[in-house]
Amino acid sequence: MGNKVLMKGNEALAEAAIRAGCKHFFGYPITPQTEVSAYMAKKMPKIGGVFLQAESEVAAINMVYGAGGAGARVMTSSSSPGISLKQEGISYIAGADVPCVIINIVRGGPGLGGIQPAQSDYYQAVKGGGHGDYHLVVLAPSSIQEMVDLTADAFDIGDKYRCPVMIMGDGMLGQMMEPVEFKDTDTASLPEKDWATTGTDMKRKKNIINSLFIEPKDLEDLVLARQKKYDEIEANEVRYETEDIEDADIILVAYGTTARIAKTAMSKAKAKGLKVGIIRPITLWPFPYEAFEKALADGKKKTFLAVEMSMGQMVDDVKIAVNGRADVDFFGRTGGIVPTPNEILNKIEEIAGGDK
Amino acid sequence: MEKVFTRPHALTDVPLHYCPGCPHGIVHRLVAEVIDELGIEGSTIGVAPVGCSVFAYNYFECDMQEAAHGRAPAVATGIKRVHPDKVVFTYQGDGDLAAIGTAETVHAAARGENITTIFINNAIYGMTGGQMAPTTLLGQVTQTTPYGRDQGRNGNPIRVSEMLATLDGPSYIERVTVDTIPHIKAAKKAIKKAFENQIAGKGFSLIEVVSTCPTNWGMSPTEAFDWMRDNMLPHYPLGVYKDIDAKEEK
Amino acid sequence: MTFETIFAGFGGQGILFAGKSIAYAGMIENKNVSHLPSYGPEMRGGTCNCHVIVSDEPVASPIIVEPTALVAMNAPSFDKFEGQLVPGGKAIIDSTLISRDAERTDIDVYKVPATDMANKMGLPKLANMILVGKLVKETGMFTFEELKGAVTKLVPASKPELLENNLKTLEAGYNYEG
Repeated sequence: MGNKVLMKGNEALAEAAIRAGCKHFFGYPITPQTEVSAYMAKKMPKIGGVFLQAESEVAAINMVYGAGGAGARVMTSSSSPGISLKQEGISYIAGADVPCVIINIVRGGPGLGGIQPAQSDYYQAVKGGGHGDYHLVVLAPSSIQEMVDLTADAFDIGDKYRCPVMIMGDGMLGQMMEPVEFKDTDTASLPEKDWATTGTDMKRKKNIINSLFIEPKDLEDLVLARQKKYDEIEANEVRYETEDIEDADIILVAYGTTARIAKTAMSKAKAKGLKVGIIRPITLWPFPYEAFEKALADGKKKTFLAVEMSMGQMVDDVKIAVNGRADVDFFGRTGGIVPTPNEILNKIEEIAGGDK
Repeated sequence: MEKVFTRPHALTDVPLHYCPGCPHGIVHRLVAEVIDELGIEGSTIGVAPVGCSVFAYNYFECDMQEAAHGRAPAVATGIKRVHPDKVVFTYQGDGDLAAIGTAETVHAAARGENITTIFINNAIYGMTGGQMAPTTLLGQVTQTTPYGRDQGRNGNPIRVSEMLATLDGPSYIERVTVDTIPHIKAAKKAIKKAFENQIAGKGFSLIEVVSTCPTNWGMSPTEAFDWMRDNMLPHYPLGVYKDIDAKEEK
Repeated sequence: MTFETIFAGFGGQGILFAGKSIAYAGMIENKNVSHLPSYGPEMRGGTCNCHVIVSDEPVASPIIVEPTALVAMNAPSFDKFEGQLVPGGKAIIDSTLISRDAERTDIDVYKVPATDMANKMGLPKLANMILVGKLVKETGMFTFEELKGAVTKLVPASKPELLENNLKTLEAGYNYEG
């Protein structure tokens, strides 16, 4: 079994953050992410770190802004309604180029919604939930091991590009236990944080962490510079997984929890002789357009079926990726209902039947 | 020739954007003098608010972060928890600290967060052109209380120092003003003590500076100070509202 | 092989730990495993369940739709999940708390008076492990030694008495012939 341990997603993620050098956590209680906070509350004092239960989600994200600006590896964790409250802070963090990691263990919405798994925060995460020209790097794990691996990556990506990174899970990934292995992290290649507010020590010019630029030209220059950074992220950080996309008539597109269920549906469809493949985006932003280019390379007629726990939010990006070169269809459940493999199979068969 | 008066080192050499007669300049200077005298410029990190003093990050020579409206105490908390050995202060106005940021203020104070807060109370939103603040007096005319602040319609002004003094967290809370030389000296003493308290690890300190806004009050600077003395000081009396050292001496 | 087991009962019966012991044993034996609990208000004194998959293949969906086995510790759980079992599936039920017979004839039902047995052993909180013992015996998921090894690692070393009791009840269930 190697060094594997059986851990709950939320706890594995918290442990991975600590191992990645995160010594500061600011959060506010909300289901279904509470184990992240509870784990941090228990572990941080033992490693000389800081766990602080803030008075609000708003305060928590602003503490993250302060700590990230001061040079720390810092994280906060919440679930959908709480993430809505954090959007102000996220926009400031992006606008001040402060690295941090934000966990969203997504639940059903809108409003108070429910507490069961959902993916209906896709637009908010990927299209910018806060104001202004900015992106979050959004990572979508689909197993506990991936939650662990991507948490470590999230801190590295944040530090490398000086940007906020979001990990989007859901209640199911948060609560589920799977074996995980923690790998050693190496941050030696990352740039030094010479921009952080650590005190000048009277040895350097002062650092300012700020998102206010009152002169339009200054602000435009800055946004353009940040756009270059986003271009770089799009070039370097796209992650996805594909399975059997060559030769498939129907290609499922699903991420996170839904991708696992879609894979079960895919096996069932294959057992019935259907040619089905899957694209699983791991980065939701930057979206893995490249995977679609590979799938479309043979020029054959095919259908992309987006499967989501929402009313169809990622399907917009699938359409952009496909750009009219193939059919795009959608199947989704929402409100905290997890689709069953058979429901997805029915949809696959419906599409396959329509072709005949 | 001996130089007897100069700009404090902790104050940057740039023109302040404040209106003529605005006391922000005086308070900035006092904070900078205290930073100089304590020799903490290299180990101090300031947090600027949203409001007239939004550009404070340009005026202090130490590292600075600019916070979202009302969030300075949360941002300062984040910084202080990363650098507990550094000196962290916020500089906030009344709208920032006592309206949109009330929760952050109260909870930083309640936690006894080891930071120093300089709170400028001039009873109005200056930067946006003179709207009602949480500290606007009853009867006071502003852009959004054109017939005077009415208790039934607009609610009552908040006495921040008194309110926070009810909490166990703060170590030191004093209300000062800067209208006369003796008052300016007293204000500086209070600000210095608030920074010293932090260095000594005593926890949250807040200095409320009763101030003026000649521009939005529609007065000359001297008229504004007169109005402040006649109207604000009776409602916001100067004095020490909390001092854990004083208790120890008893 | 893929074993898909649903553990269900009241909150407080040790449903999640029962599931965890199987997932843990699977992990030690280098299988792919997943353990998915129900969560939320459901957990507040009501029914509680968890889905545990042990497989030679990577686990795709961790949600079990057609369980190959069911461990039911109260009547509502048996009512809810009996119909979902695959034909030939195995239902391990606590017959102290579930009085009715199975409605289906295409499944194997093993009635174990686990609560009674545990009470008699003076270990009323470990009825769950009696059923785990029986589950492993009837499915052949693991050998008894493998199961014992897993539970030994799972129970904190600081609680030797608890471990001893867990192993006693496991064995009682494993050897129970109703």
